[in-house]
Amino acid sequence: MSRRFQVLLITFSLAFTGFFIVWYKVGVLGIPFLPHEKRAVYKIGAEISFEGKNKPVLVSMALPEPQEGIQILSEDVASSGFGYTEAQTETGKRAEWSKRNVAGPQILYYSIEVFMEPGEYKPKLPLLAYEQKTETLSDLPDTLRNTAKNLLDDVRLRSADIHSFAAQLINDFNAKEPSQAVKILLAQGGESKFEIISRLLRYRKILVRKIHGLYLESERRNIALTPMLEVYDGRKWQLYDLKKGKVTRDKNFFIWQHGGDSLIEVTGAKKSHISFSLNERQVPVEYLLEKQELLKKAAVLDFSLFTLPVSEQNAYRHILLVPFGALVVVLLRILVGLRTSGTFMPVLIALAFMETTLVAGLIMFILIVGMGLIIRSYLSSLNLLLVARISAVMIVVILIMSFMSILSFKLGIKEVLTVTFFPMIILAWTIERMSILWEEEGAKEVFIQGGGSLIVAVFAYFVMSDTFVSLIAFNFPVLLLVVLAGIIMVGRYSGYRLSELIRFRSMVE
Amino acid sequence: MFANPFKLKKLGILGMNKRNIHYIGAHNDRKYYPLVDNKLKTKMIAQNAGIAVPKLIKTIERQSQLRHLKEMLIGIDGFVLKPSQGSGGKGILVIVKREGDEFIKANGQRLELRDIQRDISNILSGLYSLGGKPDVAVLETLVEFDPIFDRYSYEGVPDIRVIVYKGYPAIAMLRCSTSESDGKANLHQGAVGVGLDIATGKALFAVQHGSPVTHHPDTGYDFSELEIPHWEKILILAASCYEVTHLGYLGVDIVLDKNLGPLILELNARPGLAIQIANKTGVVKRYDVIDKQQANLDVTERVKFSMKHFGMK
Repeated sequence: MSRRFQVLLITFSLAFTGFFIVWYKVGVLGIPFLPHEKRAVYKIGAEISFEGKNKPVLVSMALPEPQEGIQILSEDVASSGFGYTEAQTETGKRAEWSKRNVAGPQILYYSIEVFMEPGEYKPKLPLLAYEQKTETLSDLPDTLRNTAKNLLDDVRLRSADIHSFAAQLINDFNAKEPSQAVKILLAQGGESKFEIISRLLRYRKILVRKIHGLYLESERRNIALTPMLEVYDGRKWQLYDLKKGKVTRDKNFFIWQHGGDSLIEVTGAKKSHISFSLNERQVPVEYLLEKQELLKKAAVLDFSLFTLPVSEQNAYRHILLVPFGALVVVLLRILVGLRTSGTFMPVLIALAFMETTLVAGLIMFILIVGMGLIIRSYLSSLNLLLVARISAVMIVVILIMSFMSILSFKLGIKEVLTVTFFPMIILAWTIERMSILWEEEGAKEVFIQGGGSLIVAVFAYFVMSDTFVSLIAFNFPVLLLVVLAGIIMVGRYSGYRLSELIRFRSMVE
Repeated sequence: MFANPFKLKKLGILGMNKRNIHYIGAHNDRKYYPLVDNKLKTKMIAQNAGIAVPKLIKTIERQSQLRHLKEMLIGIDGFVLKPSQGSGGKGILVIVKREGDEFIKANGQRLELRDIQRDISNILSGLYSLGGKPDVAVLETLVEFDPIFDRYSYEGVPDIRVIVYKGYPAIAMLRCSTSESDGKANLHQGAVGVGLDIATGKALFAVQHGSPVTHHPDTGYDFSELEIPHWEKILILAASCYEVTHLGYLGVDIVLDKNLGPLILELNARPGLAIQIANKTGVVKRYDVIDKQQANLDVTERVKFSMKHFGMK
């Protein structure tokens, strides 16, 4: 009884400690728990190309400012031979490249990485200092004045406030069959749709400004910035896409440039051109954690695996999965009653499957072990001593592996190259054990144990390659205490195995 | 497809996990395992305690002794050669007689001295021992099997397995080799297990591969007529192994010699569960009865107790 109590006590305290620390990290320190909190990180690249004319060149480009809801992780400049500075101007930050003598085509790169910040969106503080020169309808030529006035009055009737007014006006300009007034304004205004709309809004004393930015979507190349209108309603600025209407924050719009200055100014060169590209990648939260230096938040995190060098971190990504594989072995052997050849051989095979992918791994495993068994059966007739025989089998395994790699590479099956991830010592022992089993207990037992091992390996593979498991294993290594508690618990399970319910079936009948 | 686990529990069927934790783990101290895993040691302690075992002729410990094998075997017609630390009957060579320079195996196969030397060499190099440890070859006298078993065994060694729990014989069966089991008495290889009444030594049921059989598949004899002679003597022999090995949960394998009567062939610290199927009885109920007994009874009292309480008919 006291042994049972000890087991319960140990199990409980291990599990409690594990869960408590995880709770502390998640609940108190605010470290995200779930792996689907992988976030999209966008790399926005600006590419400026121009042709030098053997003159000094000065390139100036508007730079994005930090903005609510989107955080800039890093910036990167690639511009060989150019001097680079960042300048703060009245309208915002600008990047400036300069070089004394430039000839021929040139390309400058600038890129930033951004990600959408979680949490509540805090609206911008009212920008009261924004000044806008007053414009009135009388600035328009006589021919258009009435048309514009009628349109604005019409829109006013259909709207309730500043936002709906702006939205309705943009809609009118986007209609498939635009009204007569819109057609006239577009045809005779001599300006772009964008300019006309902002001008019309200004006539109604609405604060409006032009911005440039891009939608953070999937991969795009060679795109231009999308112009947008920002309309102020007295409390906050609201974005309007000229094609899609009102833009809310969840549309992932990243503002590159505010206000009037040009996006890019190039002096001393010709054919200047700027284009943008967008790359999306899913980054686990822990990467962002690192970047944000959340680590400094608490001393507990000083013991986190993130404090290790990256290569060691990667090793632990694998090592920390092994206990979960062991848990699978424990469950399948003790609760189900599967027989395996070698206790942890299935876990090691599963680790190999993670590199080779499942199907390719299974095929390769069966091929190697099958061929090994054939060769081993010949070796057994030579009557070798054990150590020599195992070594011989191991060399045969290596030969089979390299032969498979070479042959498949020539045939163009690249998957097989991952065969090297199989642990060859384990394979050699597996072959040896199976072959002894075959001689002593017959082929049936070989298939039972070999099949059992593969089933356990496949289960372990599914558990260990699960992104949820691998992320929480790495982010919360303290959960190993919970796994340990579970294994100790199962280790005291004295009930029937699933296989015994079949084995003793005849006793009940 | 699956049996109801609660029914199994009610019948007192012992499962592998419970056996490992509550019986082997709780009653078998690991330091005594070498006594049963090493057949030479088993034989020594059994002989010292006056327990009947097949007589040891010679042990062969070094490859160099093989050169004198011919002289060693002079005057010995039948013998058994086994690895001291083998398991599951591996590496056992049974020579029933000699004709000139040839040795005749139990299944009629003829061997030369060279073949026997190679077998011993394999044993010494650890081919059959757990983990491939170097081993010792044990040469012992051939058991002259009681002809009573001839009808129930095919080409092999029939033996009686008694499970002794805390010194009490709890359950027993006869293991009969078949052509399918290749002369081996292992149930999972196709040998027939015959449950034996602890009170009388009479056959209860017979199973092969977990399903009931009434007749031996090769010889065709009816198992229901089977009755083991010297039954009480067999149980006493089995129960007395408790004092020698200090193992509370023990499988005792016994053979019947025509002249010498019951002999201990082998001891097993991890006896299997199939014996329950052959007896159609869950063993836990009997263990529970034994658990309630006082500990200091002597061998004959324990055997009497078992015969009185665990009889079936």
